[in-house]
Parts: sequence; C-alpha cells; structure tokens
Amino acid sequence: MTALVIRGGHLIDPAAGIDSLKDVLLKDGRVAEIAAPGKLKPADGAEVLDATGLTVAPGLIDMHVHLREPGQGYKETIATGTAAAAAGGFTSAAAMPNTAPVNDSPEVTRWMLAPERGAVIRVFPIAAATRGSKGETINDFAALKSAGAVAVSDDGLPILKDSVMRETLAAAARVGLSVIQHAEDTRLTQVGGKNASMNLGPTSFRLGLRGWPNEAESGIVERDIRLVSELRDARAHLHVAHTSTAAALNAVRQARRNGLRVTCEVAPHHFLLTDEHVGFYDTNAKMCPPLRAAADRDAMIEAILDGVVDAIATDHAPHAVHEKEVEFENAPNGITGLETAFGLCLHWLHKEWKMPLGRVLSLLSAQPAALLNLKGRGTLAVGSFADVVIFDPRAEWTYNARQTKSKSRNTPFDGWKMQGKVRWTISEGRIAYKSEV
Amino acid sequence: MNPTATPARRQLHPPPVPASPFPYHPGSLLSAQDLTLDCVSHILARATVLESQDPLARCRILAKRRVALLFYESSTRTRTSFELAAKGLGADTTLVSSLSSSIEKGETLKDTGLTLRALGAEAIILRHNSSGAAWLLESETRLPVLNAGDGMHEHPTQALLDLRTMLAHLRPGTETLTPETLAGVTVTIVGDILHSRVARSNMVLLPRLGARVLLCGPKELLPELAAQAGPGIAVERDFNAALHQSQAVMMLRIQAERLAGQQLDLEEYKANYQLHGPRLAAHAPTAIVLHPGPIIRGLEVTAGVADGPQSVILEQVRNGVAIRMAVVERALTASQQGGRA
Repeated sequence: MTALVIRGGHLIDPAAGIDSLKDVLLKDGRVAEIAAPGKLKPADGAEVLDATGLTVAPGLIDMHVHLREPGQGYKETIATGTAAAAAGGFTSAAAMPNTAPVNDSPEVTRWMLAPERGAVIRVFPIAAATRGSKGETINDFAALKSAGAVAVSDDGLPILKDSVMRETLAAAARVGLSVIQHAEDTRLTQVGGKNASMNLGPTSFRLGLRGWPNEAESGIVERDIRLVSELRDARAHLHVAHTSTAAALNAVRQARRNGLRVTCEVAPHHFLLTDEHVGFYDTNAKMCPPLRAAADRDAMIEAILDGVVDAIATDHAPHAVHEKEVEFENAPNGITGLETAFGLCLHWLHKEWKMPLGRVLSLLSAQPAALLNLKGRGTLAVGSFADVVIFDPRAEWTYNARQTKSKSRNTPFDGWKMQGKVRWTISEGRIAYKSEV
Repeated sequence: MNPTATPARRQLHPPPVPASPFPYHPGSLLSAQDLTLDCVSHILARATVLESQDPLARCRILAKRRVALLFYESSTRTRTSFELAAKGLGADTTLVSSLSSSIEKGETLKDTGLTLRALGAEAIILRHNSSGAAWLLESETRLPVLNAGDGMHEHPTQALLDLRTMLAHLRPGTETLTPETLAGVTVTIVGDILHSRVARSNMVLLPRLGARVLLCGPKELLPELAAQAGPGIAVERDFNAALHQSQAVMMLRIQAERLAGQQLDLEEYKANYQLHGPRLAAHAPTAIVLHPGPIIRGLEVTAGVADGPQSVILEQVRNGVAIRMAVVERALTASQQGGRA
C-alpha cells in the first residue's frame, strides 16, 4: 500500500495531547510515525501533502447520519452520503437503521458494509433495537454486533414501552453496545393521527401549526434514565440522540452526577437555530426534534461549552427536493448536515464563542469515537487508523447547497458563512476528498 | 443552574432570525399582517366604490381576466363570494376543488398551481387545509395568491370584511384608518381559537387599529400562549366578564374536523361559552354579534341570538363580496404594474 506524508502542518490531536507542528507518516492505512517537522525519513514513493499553514487533526466522526440505503437511493446513497461526509471533513459516519427495509438484521448490516456500496469513508451501521423499529420485539444484538453494528437505536421513532426499553438496555449491555434513544413521546406529538410539525410555543400558535411540547423529549429521557438506574448492570449505556431541550440536558447532567452512563449529542441546528427560523413555513427548517425556543437553544450552547454535551452529531437527513416542496405539515422531517457541521462549529463554537479548537475537534472526533467504542479512531496516535482531516482554520467561505455532493440539498444553512476550509480528508490512508483550491 | 438563562459571563450572539424569505407578489394577500393600514384603508374604500358601482360598468374592470379558485376544503360563503366578486368585475373564473380534480389522483399543490398558471390563470384564490399552503403556492407559481383560508393559520379577507362590518357599527364614516381608529373598542373572540384562522387574522389586524382583543374559551381550545401572539391580545376565560367589556363579540364554530381526537364535553361547553339571549342581554346588551359561519345553531349561538337584532352575521356575508371585489381587483392590477419586487 502507498504511503502518505503530511508535511508542515499543525497537528492537533486532543486525545493524544498533541498541539504543535508535526509531520505525519501514514502507511498501510495506519499512522506510522509522527515527528518534528523535517525529521521524517523520506519514504520511497510516498505521496507528500504540503500542509504548511494548515491544521492536521483526527478525521471527524459523525455518530448520527441517515444514508438512506437500502431502499431510498433517490434521497441519498451510501456513496453520495459518504462523499458529502468526506467533503465535510468526516472519516467515519454511523448510519441509522431507518432504511427500507429497516436495518434490523445482520444481512442488511452486512449489505451496507459491502464494498459495492462505494463508501469513500468508513460507515458504521447502527442496527435497529427492535424488529422493524416497531418498538415491540428486541433484535439479536449479538448477531448484529458481529455483523458490524456499533450501537442499537430505533431512531426516527422512540422505544416507547418501559418494558421494551428496559430489556433493550439490558440486552445491549450484555453484548457491549450502546442504546441510542430518539426521545419523543409520540403520545404527545402524534395526536389523533395528526403529527406535530414544529416546536410548541407562540410561533407554532401564530403559524397555526401543531406543536411538539418539550416534555415529549424530556419525559422520555427522564424515563430512560430511571430505567438505567434501575438496571444493576453497570455497563448499560444510554445515549440521547439529537438533544433539543434544556430539560433533557438537565436530566442528563443530573444522571451523570449520579454516576450513570448517560451521554448525549447535540446537532448544529439545535445550538444555532430557533423555532422562529421556520419563518414562513420553510420546510428546510423542519426536523425531528424540531427547532426549539431561544431559551432551549441557549441551553444547548451552554451545555456544549460546559462539557455536558458529549458529541456534536449532524442527524444528516437528506430528502429529495420534491419531498420538501410541499405543505409544511406534509413535508418529511430532516435536513442535511454533513457538509456544514464543521464550518458551523468552527465559526460559531470556536470563533464566535471562543471554545478552544481542540475541544471543538474532540466533540467531533475523539468523543464520538469513545461513545461508539471505535478503537483506533478519533486520534492520530501511532498505530491508529489513518483517518485525517487537513484544513485551513482561517479560511472563511460561504456554503452553496447547489454544489453539494449529497443527492439532496435540504438545508437551512444555504448561503451561511463557514469557518475553516477542508483541504484533504484521508480515510484509512486514502484521500477521500481533496478541495479544488 | 437555571437552564433558561444565559449567564452574563458569556456574551453569546447567536445567529439572527432572517426576515421574510422572499418578496411577495404585490397583488398577493397571504396574511392580514402584510397589509399596511394605508393598504387596508384603500381596500375598504375600493370595496365601497365597487359595491355601489353600476354592474355593467364594473364588469369592464377585469373583463376576461382569468382568476382560478383552488379549493381543498368545502366552503359556501368564501367560495361563492370570491366567485361573485371576480365575476362582478368581469373576470372569467374557474373552480378547481380537491374532490373533482387531479388532486384526487395525487397531484401536488405545486403542480396544480403551475398547471393553473399554464392555463392562463393570472391570480389564484386558495383555500387549503394546511397552514402555510398559500406561501408555498406563491413561491412556486409567483402569481398573486389570495389566501382564502390556510389550515389553522389565516383568513385575511375574513378579517377585512369583519373590520368593515365593525367599522360600520362602531365607527361609522371612517375613511382613513389609523392606529387609534378602534381605540377603546374591545372585541371578544369566543370558542375554538386554537383551530381558527379567522381568529388569527383578526388578532393580527384589530390591535393595529387600537382595538383590544379578548380571547375566550376553554383551555383545550384556547392555549394560554395565545396571549403571546401579539400586542393588544389577552385571554379571558370568563365569558360573562369578557362580554361585559366588549363592543363586538365574535363567535366561532367548534371545528370538529380539526379536533384530532380531543374530547370536548359539549354540554359543559354550551354552559360556559354559548351565546344565548339572557347572557347577551345581561352582559352586552349593545354589542354587535359576529360569526364567520358556518353557524351551528344551538351550539355556540342560539337561534334567537343569530337571528336577533344585535346579530350582524348576514351583513358580514354581504360585506364579503365587496371586500373580495377590492382584493381581486388589487391582485390583478398590482400585477399589471410590474409584478414582483
């Protein structure tokens, strides 16, 4: 296999405690050597990337994406979704199971991992917790894990029944998998066959849209934490997906103080936007959970800065243009996020809100790697996978959704200012993305 | 820590909320919020002129212009009055309703709108069961769109005809509207506020003229946060107390089709919120009684009140034709002047 040398860059690897100028040698898909600038032995035939003035960091890890395959290739394929991920600096993406069919079997898991899918970065399937994600019958987690699943979730839907959630947490703990909960009490959000389509509040009242109360999220999170605390198995790990309410964050914060293994992620849209961004029925501001009130959005920012939030995850949810060009309440939930997450995090968390770069990178790499137990990722320590993002932290640019590598462009961040331009994304030693500049 | 507060030690400036995403066609009427008071004055003045004009002269104003009525929900008053209004100005109208068109076959609102435009429609009057549908149709067709009711959101021409009705009784002779025109006037809107587009349009229009709007109803149909919908709006659960303060009372139908599984005790509702003769006589003997229709006699109002001397319900219906003539004229003449900004 070819070797790659990254020369002259500033290496930031929070997990390894490195923050200085280093040259990096990648060989056979792994990090082979890290040395002071100019000290690496020139390897025969190694390609050299000049990273002078650039930052070199562990490839980003998105623990929550929807790649839409199998079954919904018109929205996204594993090939296009991973291409968009690579353009966004990601080298790993954990794919949610709400595909068609639902990824509730080792066959689907293996199908997603097959080389024919054309992934340009590493895909980690998250398997369905229950058969068909119907919340009734628990899947065979051991079989799913050996097929390649890294966690279980019924994302898009909650595991609603107490008994089923309790059993899911226990069974997942036995095989060492995390349970990722989509915390939505559908008894409060789907009333009489009508779905709530945005946050419940003055804006939903004004727009005449059915509202999603905060309690529908926080109630499930509180219930789940209670179940974790009742389980004697200390290995039970609850991870709260796309946290959007202050009450849910507080529950997570409290659970952690009580020594429970409860973690959470927040999506960029939930720490940047509020329900007022729905504007005049902008279906690109419709997702589940919905954009919340300013107080909740501010609580997300605080919790990220305070370290309560364990990971930034995009909840990348591509939908075809025609699916979003409909009445707001009929539009599907979700927005794309893989190409905008890093630029938004650098612009807002780092530049505007002064979060140290290493901590931002950690939220996007080392921490999600730890949550999903991805060994050898989220760091560039010698021997780790050669998953690298090389970016210009000072470059400012504007996102243009029409140039996306995703099949879809349903984003509220079209035309937004981004900080930090990805120059190269390297997945296990292969260049997965190279910017045109 | 208080989860709702941002500590002062951090100066966080989150991204601002963007303004209106696209400029509307100047002839469109999507929300009562969009109309300036000058604009409302002009519409009311044109309604008066058009109403009294010789029908044969009037029908030359929009002779052979094409107006489409696109109705996804049933309607008696709104559809008929829009149709009579457009025809009264000489326009050709065509009615597309969801039950007798390709909408039944799954055609989207976008495609239906583009089809009507290709057929020569110069403006579309839309009644739709989804809130915000008028914005979608506007952005996709770039035609003047008149919102004839979108889901639970707005029904701006109803607010205009209600205003015309109220002004005739409470401020006769008013020509130019100001932020004080309805100062001192309290209008109570009663009943199913949650699902009412009529209430929302009136709530955004009336306070801009100085009126105070009281919302009255049980919490299932009137959430507390309705009071935050804008300035000049308050919630008063006690119907008698609200009536006592009101010069106009607007009764709403319970929208069973939008209740979505909610259970409502109708007997209890009637006991608390029905407008009947003794209640009206005791608490608001001089107030006018409005209702956007359809009325369910014996539920929100008794027959005696609906047919009684304080009722202006049929006047509202008559005003509907005049207001809609003015609005249809505005839609088609604004487009002649150069279209979208």
